[in-house]
Amino acid sequence: MVNGIDSAKTKSFYEEGTTKKSSGLASWLFSTDHKRIGLMYLVTISVFFCVGAIFGILMRLELMSPGETIMKAETYNSFFTLHGVIMIFLFIIPGIPAVFGNFFLPLQIGAKDVAFPRINLLSYWIYIIGASLVLLSLLIPGGAIDTGWTFYIPYSVRSGSNISLAIFAAFVLGFSSILTGLNFITTVHRMRAPGMTWFRMPLFVWATYATAWIQIIATPVIAITILLVILERFFGVGIFDPALGGDPILFQHMFWIYSHPAVYIMILPAMGVVSEIIPTFARRTIFGYKAIAMSSLAIAFVGYLVWAHHMFTSGMSDTARWIFSLLTFIVALPSGVKVFNWVATMYKGSIDPKPPFLWVMSFIVLFSIGGLTGLVVGSLATDIHLHDTYFVVAHFHYVMFGGTGTIFFAALYYWFPKMFGKMYNIKVASLGVLFFFISFNLLYFPKFILGYMGMPRRYYDYLPQFADLQLISTIGSWLMGLTLILIITNIVSAIIKGKKSEENPWGGVTLEWHTSSPPPLENFEVIPEVKHEPYDFSQLEEMKHGS
Amino acid sequence: MNLNLNHNLNLNHSLNLDPNLNLNLDHTQNHSTPYGVYILVWLGLLTLTAITVTVAGIDLGNYTLFIALTIAAIKSYLVITIFMHIKYEEAIFKVFLLVSGMTLLIIFVLTFVDFSYR
Ligand code: HEM
Repeated sequence: MVNGIDSAKTKSFYEEGTTKKSSGLASWLFSTDHKRIGLMYLVTISVFFCVGAIFGILMRLELMSPGETIMKAETYNSFFTLHGVIMIFLFIIPGIPAVFGNFFLPLQIGAKDVAFPRINLLSYWIYIIGASLVLLSLLIPGGAIDTGWTFYIPYSVRSGSNISLAIFAAFVLGFSSILTGLNFITTVHRMRAPGMTWFRMPLFVWATYATAWIQIIATPVIAITILLVILERFFGVGIFDPALGGDPILFQHMFWIYSHPAVYIMILPAMGVVSEIIPTFARRTIFGYKAIAMSSLAIAFVGYLVWAHHMFTSGMSDTARWIFSLLTFIVALPSGVKVFNWVATMYKGSIDPKPPFLWVMSFIVLFSIGGLTGLVVGSLATDIHLHDTYFVVAHFHYVMFGGTGTIFFAALYYWFPKMFGKMYNIKVASLGVLFFFISFNLLYFPKFILGYMGMPRRYYDYLPQFADLQLISTIGSWLMGLTLILIITNIVSAIIKGKKSEENPWGGVTLEWHTSSPPPLENFEVIPEVKHEPYDFSQLEEMKHGS
Repeated sequence: MNLNLNHNLNLNHSLNLDPNLNLNLDHTQNHSTPYGVYILVWLGLLTLTAITVTVAGIDLGNYTLFIALTIAAIKSYLVITIFMHIKYEEAIFKVFLLVSGMTLLIIFVLTFVDFSYR
């Protein structure tokens, strides 16, 4: 299994590319190497994350005190819409699969690249085109989209802002997602190294594989829905708008038939990363490997059955309401299976609390709060009170930002030495996690209370009794801004002038750690032959001698 | 018979694709369907379309949609198995299609839990 790589001799993928010249901008933009594509996604997606975060912080500034603070109501409407659209469609849906899936899926199964490298590059370009269309929709006359990221009918048919273009952008972005999914499924089925049986695949691969299925099956639904809205806007076809004889609830069904499975596109890969990090830092094989692998598939499947829990107050039938409420509770089962197995893995392990592990700890707390409050809004009776309040805003920031966002950083801090061959400042990184945890809770926990007290979402103004908690939350957003600067500069400065890292600083044993850091163009000198279970740490000794 | 993607589709870039990547692209060529079958299927599709159009004129209440969707499903089945050659493909492709089809079915059923009880 060990390749005996002598990293002094091997050229890394930075020194050797798939284009004629191995350096310069073109060697990146036209590269079909999955690692370079992953890094391009990393840069692009991080930029959008920062833009989205700036919108978020500006919104918090508006909400610092009652009344108009820094912007008008209409501007606020566009701000939360853009914040939502950027964070959802440009950051969190592509996030982990496009960056870390691209970079590590082939490495973890011992392949030279993904199955269709050119389609992989195409998916990046489609992403760029989609993102440019979003930006274009802000600049051309008509005004920035103001419907909220959910584009609900009938407002989205009647509003004069550039909705058609903005949702068309989401349509285009969908194709990028589908192509990535297609590529991953084919890669997993066809390109595993000898000995890499299904049940020897690392759990990140399982999670990305399950996600890829959702990407392929669910994304077309949003594409169809978007086209129907555009048809309705341009030709007045009465599909959704009640004034034209359409059914607005049908829009909500179709929107959430995609967008609920999409939340599993966001969280499943993150859960996969957690299943990688915990064994490595607990030095112990994962507890319940098969249960975790299968729970990914179960979540992917059950994720299709619960979409209408977003619609309890929409006016759909009572029968549908209780059925969907019941089904919603089922999703908690496979998610619980994962959390219990992770905790069991740590039991009697020898834990090394390095930054990636600290991120995961913070994830478990934040995601559990997010998940459990999900049950509160998932039960019909309580949701009637909490629907469309700040409680929901708090809930989804806890799951998306506290869950997937946190793990995006965890993955970056875990695989950083592999991706760049360098190391960041560990102390600053650990402090970053601590600050993140504190500012996160300061920023979002008050929103649970505000929501419970009745503060509705998507308003730029509020009643005086909400002022104290709103102020605390705004202070939290400043700390969050500073923390993000700390976390990101630590990474950027490590890329520029970081110390050279050891080949395998954490002592990981999955295949990506069996090659040099950063890996060579075709990933492995010799295609590895897999003889161990994925988290069998007895290989560590063997690996040390081999390299 | 497996054939290597490299030789046939010229999808490779400067990295050679892994030889493990075998897609059974030539499977269908080995099982050429006689023209007669194609014509028969085509006539079948036309008949089904005619039925859809006729039924649309009759008021069958709640069954209208059910019948229309059933006919559409039969038509897609014919197109996918015969015209798209899935009949002769490996089992894995059939599994993929089945999973997608079942998901779609579930989505329809659950959506109608709302519409039929409103
Ligand atoms: C610096 C970090 C962030 C801050 C300060 C922030 C703040 C906010 C605020 C104030 C709202 C508007 C609440 C309302 O008026 O209803 C909001 C909405 C939202 N946020 Fe964030 N957020 C941050 C990060 C994120 C991240 C990382 C994600 C996703 C991964 C995200 C996703 C959303 C979504 C989807 C909405 C709903 C938009 C809509 O109502 O259409 N946010 N956020």
